[in-house]
Amino acid sequence: MYQYNEIDQTLVDERVTQFRRQTEQFLKGEITDDQFRALRLRNGLYVQIHAPMLRVAGPYGLFNSTQFRKLAHIARTYDKNYCHFTTRQNVQFNWPKLEEVPDILAELAGVQMHAIQTSGNCMRNTTSDHLAGVCVDEIEDPRPYCEIIRQWTTLHPEFDYLPRKFKMAVSGALHDRAATQFHDIGLHLVKNAAGEVGFRVLVGGGLGRTPVIGQVIKPFLEKKHLLSYLEAILRIYNLFGRRDNKYKARIKILVRESGLDKFSALVEKEWSQLRDNNELSAARIKAMKEQFIAPAYEDNANVDESYAQLQETHKAFATWVKFNTAAHKVPGYRAAFISLKAPETPPGDMTDIQLDAVADLADRYSFGEIRSTHRQNLILADVKQADLFSLWQQLASLSLATPNIGTVTDMICCPGLDFCSLANAGSIGVAKEINDALDDMDYVHDIGDLKINMSGCMNGCAHQSVGHIGILGVDKKGAEWYQITLGGSSENEAAIGERLGPAVAKDQITLAITKILNVYITNRLNDEPFLAMVNRVGVTPFKEQVYANN
Amino acid sequence: MQIIKDKQIIDDNWNYVADEAELVAGNVSVSFPRWQKDKADLLAHNGKVGVRLGAVDCVEDIAADLSTIDLIELAVVDFADGRLFSQAWYLRNRFAFLGEIRAIGHFMPDQVFYLTRVGVNAFAPENNDYLPFVLSNLNDFSVKYQKSVN
Repeated sequence: MYQYNEIDQTLVDERVTQFRRQTEQFLKGEITDDQFRALRLRNGLYVQIHAPMLRVAGPYGLFNSTQFRKLAHIARTYDKNYCHFTTRQNVQFNWPKLEEVPDILAELAGVQMHAIQTSGNCMRNTTSDHLAGVCVDEIEDPRPYCEIIRQWTTLHPEFDYLPRKFKMAVSGALHDRAATQFHDIGLHLVKNAAGEVGFRVLVGGGLGRTPVIGQVIKPFLEKKHLLSYLEAILRIYNLFGRRDNKYKARIKILVRESGLDKFSALVEKEWSQLRDNNELSAARIKAMKEQFIAPAYEDNANVDESYAQLQETHKAFATWVKFNTAAHKVPGYRAAFISLKAPETPPGDMTDIQLDAVADLADRYSFGEIRSTHRQNLILADVKQADLFSLWQQLASLSLATPNIGTVTDMICCPGLDFCSLANAGSIGVAKEINDALDDMDYVHDIGDLKINMSGCMNGCAHQSVGHIGILGVDKKGAEWYQITLGGSSENEAAIGERLGPAVAKDQITLAITKILNVYITNRLNDEPFLAMVNRVGVTPFKEQVYANN
Repeated sequence: MQIIKDKQIIDDNWNYVADEAELVAGNVSVSFPRWQKDKADLLAHNGKVGVRLGAVDCVEDIAADLSTIDLIELAVVDFADGRLFSQAWYLRNRFAFLGEIRAIGHFMPDQVFYLTRVGVNAFAPENNDYLPFVLSNLNDFSVKYQKSVN
């Protein structure tokens, strides 16, 4: 993974110094709440219900074991012994003290980490495929481009005060695991007819209050034009994006209101005046690729026979392999998911003890690297098949081996009313209740691939509109109610879920979900996945059951 | 009144003249609508001429006149409105404006490093007492990741 050079380190160190000054000024009353708000948000610091919340960047989901140990140390020293992994592959601390945040940032800078631009109306952490570089369906590794974009976006002098937040994702595989169609800019590495690899550029996608599928603005962009094209889009957005209404300020609204053709013409005109002097050199790309060279895989790792034998003799191991590991491009290796969706824990949460232990496991089994996924789990991407049994046993002892990746209990969930000052309704408690109702793992495995996404408010941090089942918490006269959508997807066949009907009360939501699952089990054809069935039959059969007594 | 220009605190030798007011002697700056309306009179004025742009003004509309203008003021009403960063970039980069670009009004001292990078070379904060602090913020970072004007 990318290692900081002197410039990177100086930049994060100087940012810490700057934020320390800003915090001191605020505490002395020398800058206003409004000013400090803008400054702290650009350093990942929100003010939540109980305490500030600090969001630390996980650049395109990559961490090393040293960084995990530092997260554990921060959780222990400055927080309540845990942290939370987010859908943008970031990490959040829910209980830091405002006056200690500069110290936390200094600790992070010491291990090549930061919280720069993880919130605020600026360019956010770029996300990517959690299987980048190891998956079997990759056109090209997206990580070098992610890092090039990370650097370009970080402290960009012109685009730090945008109309609204701005998110980019890069995917390099046939299967889109980075939800590129739901980003302000989605970049998908593709091959053109001549066999050259470049980017398909999508613009104006997004989730939140107004979910929109991004539109293709450039079917094929040569790599050398990557940054000039991004600059053109950002400049047009900065100048013409709406600033009169924060709910209409995302680029998706600008694209929709001006129409893709007009927006595209503005970008094209701007780009035509930029591109020749702003090319990304082949040398720069090559140098960046060298930061992401494959680790030293063992030859003949697939010769091992214990892996197959142990699956025969240990059914629980076999189940974990089936659900919690993914194919790897190198024979004899697999990518192993670490489920952060144990029934007893809030989705995405991890304790300091688990963080330290995972750091050790990463060192022992996966070249010291850990990845976070946009579904709030982790991955050790390069595990030898001969090591999987041992890894599984150790993960199980840490409550990190629940074999539920991609299943109904692998829910994406925001912190909800328990922590977030924006939320209208709880989500962690509902996730727990649904989990309790689905305690039969055989049933969960029988249901198979099903993604539930649950957000505690319209801002949609948990991407409910693209969940196969989406749950959205709403406030009805002070009570917590939940709207259900079906049929959403953030993958290749991107779709926004269809609303099932009126919101259901908090004490009815788990029952509604179990009814939906029963309709699926009863009506599916052979191996038909949930999403395929919803697409085949529509929402009516589900609606009839959920609202049967009304 | 004093301002920062080219990393020095200096006396301001410009006067902003309101739209309905008479021109005064010396260097004057006027609103963009007044510039468009009274261009001939302003060019005949004995002194340098500057134009004050707001966030909604399109820099392209003044591009053809830039050779006759010595100062562009970018008036900040809301520090969160980032359009001036692109306006400054256009002035320096696209239209090669060589005169003074001055941020005035309600920008944050913490933004001057970015403003300098996009081509702003003078600062007139609302409160003159801030000048030394604004000046020190110009050096917040010694490194940068991307191209801009500076």
